[in-house]
Amino acid sequence: MSGAPERRAWVEQVMGMPISVHVRGPGARGPEAERATAGLFASLRASDALFSTYRPGSQVSRLRRGDLDLAECDPAVREVHRLCVQALDATDGYFDAWASGDGFDPTGLVKTWALERAAASFAALPGLGAAVGAGGDILVLPDGEAWRIGIEDPRDRSRTVATVPVREGGIATSGIAARGAHIIDPRTGRHVTEVLSATVSGPSLLWADVWATAAVARGADAVDWVGGLPGTSGLLVLADGGVHRWANPA
Amino acid sequence: MRRIIFAACCTVAGLVLLFSWPTSWNRPVDGGTADGPPGPARGAAVPGAADGPTPGQADLGAVPAGGTYTGVAVPNGHGDVQVQITVADGAVVAAEAVQYPTSDPRARQVNTRAIPILDEEAVGATSGDIDMVSGATLTSDAYRESLQDALDQAGL
Repeated sequence: MSGAPERRAWVEQVMGMPISVHVRGPGARGPEAERATAGLFASLRASDALFSTYRPGSQVSRLRRGDLDLAECDPAVREVHRLCVQALDATDGYFDAWASGDGFDPTGLVKTWALERAAASFAALPGLGAAVGAGGDILVLPDGEAWRIGIEDPRDRSRTVATVPVREGGIATSGIAARGAHIIDPRTGRHVTEVLSATVSGPSLLWADVWATAAVARGADAVDWVGGLPGTSGLLVLADGGVHRWANPA
Repeated sequence: MRRIIFAACCTVAGLVLLFSWPTSWNRPVDGGTADGPPGPARGAAVPGAADGPTPGQADLGAVPAGGTYTGVAVPNGHGDVQVQITVADGAVVAAEAVQYPTSDPRARQVNTRAIPILDEEAVGATSGDIDMVSGATLTSDAYRESLQDALDQAGL
């Protein structure tokens, strides 16, 4: 065998998507890594039980029906609600958990929030690195080495537009090409078309995903707007053929 | 126009998946193929999956074993999608859908266009020196999910 680090991967279907955990480093095949991964998936399932809008009995479903007040909810639900308010404010309304017209739907933020929370099970395993992939968003737990993350080209999915080394934090991509014009500007209700995809890398996967979603919803103005996101880097693939890259100091 | 058709299909598939999937579907290739009709080229040896300590874990050794790996059959709105990959020297050299919906005229239209593109993507995604790919929610959820299962079995 070569000198490549020990690696192991798991994948489970949680929250309606396959979530893969890639672990590398000494002990990646050992029982501690296995326990940490099992803990990560258990945490994700617990979050799903609390937040799923597809489970009538979840706290978020009950909250949406008015069967439960926010004050009665689990502290985790209140925290996500608070983050959704914060994201709405921080994106000038372009990341809007209330945009669907049928009440509070935190689904767009829950995935990354749940991943960051679940990753705590790896905190006690120094020397092990992990990359957790969920629906195109990737959370990286540091081991000093970068993971090489390819960024899909929304115009041609057989290609990547860039490869980004990510050592820590997260990288998220939002786009309209894969879903069709399914992202709307929550402020005007119109389908947005100017930004085909936005990829944001930063210290927090949750905020990277919020910024990426908001950048697509913002349309052409996103090119200037991303310049004001401290500590992030990324790229926008524009419908006019342009690719805008940025890297901002913290 | 093509993307609009994709989007419609994707939405349906996404809803179906949310309602119908078990919490965990990863399994060795034998289990993965058990619920689909026989395909032309399945059943090759899968050392990585077969040797794992428990079913469903893909060992990522430095040299993934060559061979063919068949992803679990994934339902979408029109039928099951199942992807098979061929691995040599640690890279995906071929990917094909061994099962995809053909009964619905719209589904056939989607698939005849989508599958060659996505097959190419599967090869491209791992032929470079890339650990993982970040992208928007995928054109065909069912395709990608079956592919992911095959990749994980292969240890890629």
